[in-house]
Amino acid sequence: MSAPAPVDDPILVAPRRVRTERLPVPVLVLAIAALVFFALPFLGLLWKVPWGDVWSILTSHGALTALRLSIWCSLWATGLSVLFGVPLAWLLARVDFPGRSAARALCTLSMVLPPVVAGVALFYALGRRGLVGQYLDRWFGITLPFTTAGVIVAQTFVAMPFLVLTVEASFRQLDTRFEDAARTLGGSRWYVFRRVTLPAIRPGLIAGAVLAWARALGEFGATITFAGNFPGRTQTMPLAIYIANEVRPDEAIVLSLVLIAVSFAVLVGLRDRFLGIGRAPTP
Amino acid sequence: MTLDARVRCTLGSLHLDVTLQTPGGETIAVLGPNGAGKTTLFRCIAGLVPVDDGAIDLDGRCLDDPSRGVFVPPEDRPIGVVFQDYLLFPNLSALENVAFGLRARGMAKAEARRRASSWLATVGLADHADHRPSMLSGGQAQRIALARALATEPRVLLLDEPLAALDAGTKSDVRRDLRRHLASFEGVRLLVTHDPVDAYALADRVLIVESGRVVQQGTLEEVTTQPRSRYVADLVGVNLLRGVASRGTISTASGARVVSADVVDGPAFAVIAPHSVALYPAHPEGSPRNTWQAVVTDVDRLADRVRVRLVGEVPLVAEVTPGAVADLGLEPGVAVWATVKATEVTLYPA
Repeated sequence: MSAPAPVDDPILVAPRRVRTERLPVPVLVLAIAALVFFALPFLGLLWKVPWGDVWSILTSHGALTALRLSIWCSLWATGLSVLFGVPLAWLLARVDFPGRSAARALCTLSMVLPPVVAGVALFYALGRRGLVGQYLDRWFGITLPFTTAGVIVAQTFVAMPFLVLTVEASFRQLDTRFEDAARTLGGSRWYVFRRVTLPAIRPGLIAGAVLAWARALGEFGATITFAGNFPGRTQTMPLAIYIANEVRPDEAIVLSLVLIAVSFAVLVGLRDRFLGIGRAPTP
Repeated sequence: MTLDARVRCTLGSLHLDVTLQTPGGETIAVLGPNGAGKTTLFRCIAGLVPVDDGAIDLDGRCLDDPSRGVFVPPEDRPIGVVFQDYLLFPNLSALENVAFGLRARGMAKAEARRRASSWLATVGLADHADHRPSMLSGGQAQRIALARALATEPRVLLLDEPLAALDAGTKSDVRRDLRRHLASFEGVRLLVTHDPVDAYALADRVLIVESGRVVQQGTLEEVTTQPRSRYVADLVGVNLLRGVASRGTISTASGARVVSADVVDGPAFAVIAPHSVALYPAHPEGSPRNTWQAVVTDVDRLADRVRVRLVGEVPLVAEVTPGAVADLGLEPGVAVWATVKATEVTLYPA
């Protein structure tokens, strides 16, 4: 029952100074140790780079072929993940169907499955004598194992869950009343999805696509088990690096450097777009 | 232009059962406490929630009737909605927001933008066309939301708490503008609010909804002078007692007797204005016919008067001066005597 204090009282509105506290030393030590741990492998790699041979290794036929194949396949895998993953994420987020938690568990399982196991499993499902693969082969003449298409399938399998789970979270966080507002303004469901829902989930969609792409680019186990290791057809960068490391370590180091550079370039390139979303537009 | 809605709908613990009819040309305020089902009623009319039972007809066209298997989706209903918090699309400019409905209905971009500009001018925001919603004030956002809803030329305009998101300073200006815009819209105008001041300023008729049901309807004057529920009485700020009257004396369920100058028989309401309740430290001698002992539970200081909540034979709210609070030492737990003159008790049949 106290009388309200006048709000223009200078003592009440004066901003309180934020007290600067000393950083807790144990936290600092552990955090720096983590950073060093991340940085060390890169330093180790850089330390061993045969700088004189970099150009000749880079321009060698095998390296360029593997890089081209890697980028090609990982982009396809990302595209397929978006095409199929966004509708799945929408379904998981918005529709309360029986078995929804089982469906989500299946998604998560594919994410945590050891990639080699995924490759073996894919082989028995989509191989020429596989559960589904035998009909693909018999009816359509489609063979996936040991082909470039097989690489894309393997990469999509391990990459898509990252996109689905990220985009599903975005769908869940979205205030559906914006979609309601758009419906009352005369927007069909598809129109509302395109003009209201999609722009709203864009940050999540981009983040999910980047995660999926990174996962596809680095994919090794499922690819080598399901698609094999044929230069020019199924030998992606990680496979080429692994093989080279056995016989020509210098080449492995240079190829690793290239893969790091590509990943780094993409992350830096996307950073602006991430920031652009939260930035207030200027008048 | 007639809207005839019989809405029955169950959502969670809410059982909505409301009939609303209007010939158009009037503004109806749906007034009620939080969770009463006001917004759900609007969502049913807009087509965002299908009714479980009942029917919604607009100008003889059926929009929703489960018994006939008719459901017109929201995008095909000629109904404009101004949502609570306005819900302007954050990624679009003010102009694009207003043009959204026209574009969604397939109008060419140039024409849609031209019309949207003219709507922006109508609501006085022509110079804010390029602004994003995050740069608009609450009052401006409300006017954009109104322009956006009106741009599609609907026949029904639903406004869900159009003033609730505004601070007190801008509210009265925005309310005045809204009143002007509502007057120029010829269709059915429905307004959801929990603020009787908004209803008073904007509506011709009020519909009081509590727990999913209409408890009272009529002009605002009818409703406020003869409240039929605790909610309306609190809203108006009066004491409401219910009981059975016999020649001007009403007996409440708790056994209290209230004497009135009005002569009414049968189930009745008694209304006592808080300023008619006088408080004394001891049993007073004098003419008041109603004298009850009570204990103070709450003391609420307003600008120049104090509302005192009492429990006892008759639960009451009394309005006294700050001086009286000091003289009587009023604070929670203090026992007092409350009196009300019989001429200050209004009785009307329940």
